[in-house]
Amino acid sequence: MNIDKTHIEESLVAHVLRDPTIPDLRLSGLEPLIVNEHTGFVNIGERTNVTGSRKFARLIIEGNYEAAIAIAREQVENGAQIIDINMDEGMLDGEQAMVKFINLISAEPDIARVPFMIDSSKWPIIEAGLKCVQGKCVVNSISLKEGEDTFLRQAKRIKMYGAAVIVMAFDEKGQADNYERRIEIAKRSYDLLVQKVKFPPQDIILDLNIFPVATGMEEHRHNALDFFMATKWVRENLPGVHVSGGVSNVSFSFRGNDVVREAMHSAFLYHAKRAGMDMGIVNPGMLEIYDNIPKDLLERVEDVLLDRRDDATERLLEFAETIKDKGTAKKKEDQEWRKWPVNKRLEHALVKGITEFIEEDVEEARQQHERPLQVIEGPLMDGMNVVGDLFGSGKMFLPQVVKSARVMKKGVAYLFPFIEAEKREGDQTTKGKILMATVKGDVHDIGKNIVGVVLGCNNYEVIDMGVMVPAEKILQKAREVQVDVIGLSGLITPSLDEMVNVAKLMEEEGFTLPLLIGGATTSKIHTAVKIEPNYQGAVIHVLDASRSVPVVSQLLSKETQTQYKLKVREEYQQMRERHSGMRQRKNFVTLKEAREQKFKTDWSTHQVTKPSFLGIRVFDDYPLEEIAPYIDWTPFFMTWELAGRFPQILEDEVVGEQARILYQDAQAMLTKVIKEKLLRARCVIGFFPANTVNDDDIALYHFEGGQEDRSQVLTTLHHLRQQTKKAAGKPYMCLSDFVAPEETGISDYIGGFAVTAGIGCEEIAKKYEADHDDYNAIMIKAIADRLAEAFTELMHEKVRKEYWGYNAQEKLENEALIREEYQGIRPAPGYPACPDHTEKATLFDLLSATNNAGITLTESFAMLPAASVSGWYFSHPASRYFGVSKIDKDQIEDYAIRKGMTLESAEKWLSPIVGYDV
Amino acid sequence: MNKKALLYQSLSERILIIDGAMGTMIQNYKLDESDFRNEQLTDHPFPLKGNNDLLSLTRPDIIRAIHQAYFEAGADIAETNTFTSTAIAQADYGLEHLVYEMNYQSAKIAADVAREFTAKEPHKPRFVAGSLGPTNRTASISPDVNDPGYRAVGFDQLVDTYTEQVRGLVDGGVDMLLVETVFDTLNAKAALFAINAYLDAHELEIPIMVSGTITDASGRTLSGQTTEAFWNSVMHGNLLSVGLNCALGAKDLYPYIKELARHANCFISAHPNAGLPNEFGEYEQTPVQMAAELKDFVSHGYINLLGGCCGTTPDHIREIARMANQYKPRLVNGALVTVEE
Repeated sequence: MNIDKTHIEESLVAHVLRDPTIPDLRLSGLEPLIVNEHTGFVNIGERTNVTGSRKFARLIIEGNYEAAIAIAREQVENGAQIIDINMDEGMLDGEQAMVKFINLISAEPDIARVPFMIDSSKWPIIEAGLKCVQGKCVVNSISLKEGEDTFLRQAKRIKMYGAAVIVMAFDEKGQADNYERRIEIAKRSYDLLVQKVKFPPQDIILDLNIFPVATGMEEHRHNALDFFMATKWVRENLPGVHVSGGVSNVSFSFRGNDVVREAMHSAFLYHAKRAGMDMGIVNPGMLEIYDNIPKDLLERVEDVLLDRRDDATERLLEFAETIKDKGTAKKKEDQEWRKWPVNKRLEHALVKGITEFIEEDVEEARQQHERPLQVIEGPLMDGMNVVGDLFGSGKMFLPQVVKSARVMKKGVAYLFPFIEAEKREGDQTTKGKILMATVKGDVHDIGKNIVGVVLGCNNYEVIDMGVMVPAEKILQKAREVQVDVIGLSGLITPSLDEMVNVAKLMEEEGFTLPLLIGGATTSKIHTAVKIEPNYQGAVIHVLDASRSVPVVSQLLSKETQTQYKLKVREEYQQMRERHSGMRQRKNFVTLKEAREQKFKTDWSTHQVTKPSFLGIRVFDDYPLEEIAPYIDWTPFFMTWELAGRFPQILEDEVVGEQARILYQDAQAMLTKVIKEKLLRARCVIGFFPANTVNDDDIALYHFEGGQEDRSQVLTTLHHLRQQTKKAAGKPYMCLSDFVAPEETGISDYIGGFAVTAGIGCEEIAKKYEADHDDYNAIMIKAIADRLAEAFTELMHEKVRKEYWGYNAQEKLENEALIREEYQGIRPAPGYPACPDHTEKATLFDLLSATNNAGITLTESFAMLPAASVSGWYFSHPASRYFGVSKIDKDQIEDYAIRKGMTLESAEKWLSPIVGYDV
Repeated sequence: MNKKALLYQSLSERILIIDGAMGTMIQNYKLDESDFRNEQLTDHPFPLKGNNDLLSLTRPDIIRAIHQAYFEAGADIAETNTFTSTAIAQADYGLEHLVYEMNYQSAKIAADVAREFTAKEPHKPRFVAGSLGPTNRTASISPDVNDPGYRAVGFDQLVDTYTEQVRGLVDGGVDMLLVETVFDTLNAKAALFAINAYLDAHELEIPIMVSGTITDASGRTLSGQTTEAFWNSVMHGNLLSVGLNCALGAKDLYPYIKELARHANCFISAHPNAGLPNEFGEYEQTPVQMAAELKDFVSHGYINLLGGCCGTTPDHIREIARMANQYKPRLVNGALVTVEE
């Protein structure tokens, strides 16, 4: 056994090929970084990556570059030798954000001293970044995914710019997932680079894909070993190359068990380094010292990593359980706090979110106080103040605060009958009354509910009017209960207009109350430009729940309110001025020019696949257990304002612990939902004969059974084309470019879908709310949202492989699905590629979505239940997501005519993208 | 033997001498506005005096005479009078339209003089290096302290402007291209991008030299890079040589040349100023003093190309050449770089 063990280990040590004619990898920021056998492991920081850090993403989207720069600085101070910069985020103009951020950090010598890594899946963003960097940087990444031509072209450019490059082990067939494929792709990439591009071999860094082990899947057993062997092979056979990767992936199946994960990371790194890995992304907080790993644990970990025994996974799992048990023992000791005085116990329960003893503790406190109200004003409020302080200083996170609120609400609910029984005049229990509502036409309320909870926690009385509330009702209620502030929420773009409407009505009716604006599509700039000028009272955009408390407290405090309102007013005034300055610079091409320079889809070589059926197909009560594996958890954490990409977030230094707890709660809820069939998933999909007509429209044709009649138009879809001026040679995209034009004579098709997983959600949420449990009320909605998205992803896959069947061979893991590495797209009306929500009406007609999937549309074209997704299927391999962005008047006029709308109506529905002053 | 092979052969045999300052020499002519104008420019609305590169068009006799003086003093390489001959720099004078012609004529003048001297002294062939200056804008530093993200010039604009300059220099017959006085490495990277793209497209093989500027005792470029970081940033440029020039005198430049020589795997050049300027902006270091300071450079074997920048004259070059002739050129990786045919 021992001999064998040593043998395996030693056989993994690379005898790195040293070719004296190949120099070291030399990178630079303001200072040099040499990577050679003396350098040691080079640590790459990835906090300045919008896909990896929710916090960073938020800062960039907000335009808070100052705080974003601070993240970069902190990272370098903490020892990152290279910083990875990624701006791949749908909300961002990636090129502009990349350039701006690089330019700014270039002016900070304590950041710019290290080399930059320009990270994007989009070539134009990479190239934009390369043009701003004086040092020798690294491009992350290129691969053979799209074939040799693209690979070689990009490599040549990178060489011209003088950067090193990370090459992913990915080719036309997919991601390398075993030893042979890794070395095959590595060698092919290397040979192409060195021979055809004359790329300096030392400037090639291979990312050989670190995948999880001990997942229980037989095919994953070799994952780590294959990585080590492949690393060793490339270091011994491809002179000059370096090897990099993200280490935390390997321990994915042990998330929640840090002892095991840390041991796995350091054991993995130990072997990976010996095999020749010399750079990578490692979280220093999640790394045990190799020699400090207990021998029994190390043995089991290495059994798994090196695939030394058939029962390696089981043995490590067993061991992991014993470590978990120790954790439970610790929990028992934690009951110690029950012996504390009651006020301390209440505070503890609030901070920790423990509801178990709240009623008995509140009762005990009640008996000690003269009046029941004093329990709220005293110990409960004191406890919530502690929570508020901890949240305000970033030491508590949103899910915890919501749990604290649950404790508070339960405590207050217990006291309520006692308070009613002895009510006195003039009792003032709260700091102020806040009216909250999701505006007419919109059904989304998760964010609003979270803000409500946070405000409630801070002793504001929240009057929540729910969703789809008309302006008149809001104002009526505001007068009736004499609120101090009105807060409006909305998620879809037409809600922006409705908010303007509310503001105008408030002005007409002589309100002076402060108006708060929040929700996913809202923004400070929209609030400043479109809403605030309509209302004399204060109008303030609130970015997220954590900002709501300071804003409201400043608005309601007599000392600060005047100055605060003035300050916001001035700020918005300046933003308006800047904005109007920027608008004048907006440069459009005419619609005619844009159409002339449309995206040239190659139809000559494209073989259209006819869908397996024409017309619609309905799926009801789809098994939730089949949907669940498709969940993308990253947005779930965003909902709860926890920053980071899943699964890395579970081990994040700052929010990792909370993320793990939240994830466990979510898993528990998900299991319950599946087991008890609490939610019903329904869906309808359809395929239709289609051709593009008149540049930007897609005509759908009659069919009966399988027979098409392309002489008769069934209906026409209308799309919008990009119009903001681009560099010469770049196309102006429109979704219609991805469907064969009529004149090609090609019989093409388009698909549509409407999916929901939200049927039953509202009832469950109501039950939780009735039990003062906002935490679970929000949780069920967030889970329903995730299931709807997952169901959409699942259906899309089935469509690609089976129902349309244009890509029957496809084989992608969930991670790859999330990164959208498949052929074809499924854009949704109201989102950047087709920003007109009203097109949903056509889609719903075609699919009879209300009958077939139980989804209705509001007057703003929001879907009810909220956990629903609808959109189009495009199959052409060149089809991709893009944003239409702002468009000019000539196009809006043209569009209005095509849609049979008035110009005014078109301008209203398209107001978020109208590129001129209406 | 073609000019490139001849250059490599000369580099293998001896330390090559680059000429000295152009501006210092021009000052001695005490020129006025009329010297900077020709028929074409009589009505040009901006004052042109001080636009020294323009003299290649208006007073080619002076430029020719200066090149002759340096070659006579023992220089192997003349730099063209094109330090500011870019559209960006000439925009100050409203002369963007003359940029190609300025480069072409400057190159032609120097090439003609070099040809005459080579014919006279075939054992000591003379070469012309097309000089590409940094322009007067920085691509990685904001000119506005209140807006550190702002840039007065972008990479693409620099590539365009350098491409135009390279075209003029190459058409005019330069033997190599020298990207010099690099105070912002991103500008230099744009120049290298432009040069390599141009040479590729025209299937030309003209050796490329880069020379950075360490601004002060911090040991960094104006854009903040250390010498080694600078080398790492430009080493992809397919370089004949890398070196440092300007800003410092020989003594102060020495440690940075030493550092460069330790890291770079191509030829090394140095052309420092004649000491530091006095309070009147004049350089006072004598030829003998300067040559003495430069002795350390060559005696340690750090140098392949040596010359002078601000304040240096043919007398300085003569003294430097005499001193350098006694030493062997630097070996690269233990061997001399030879021309790949």
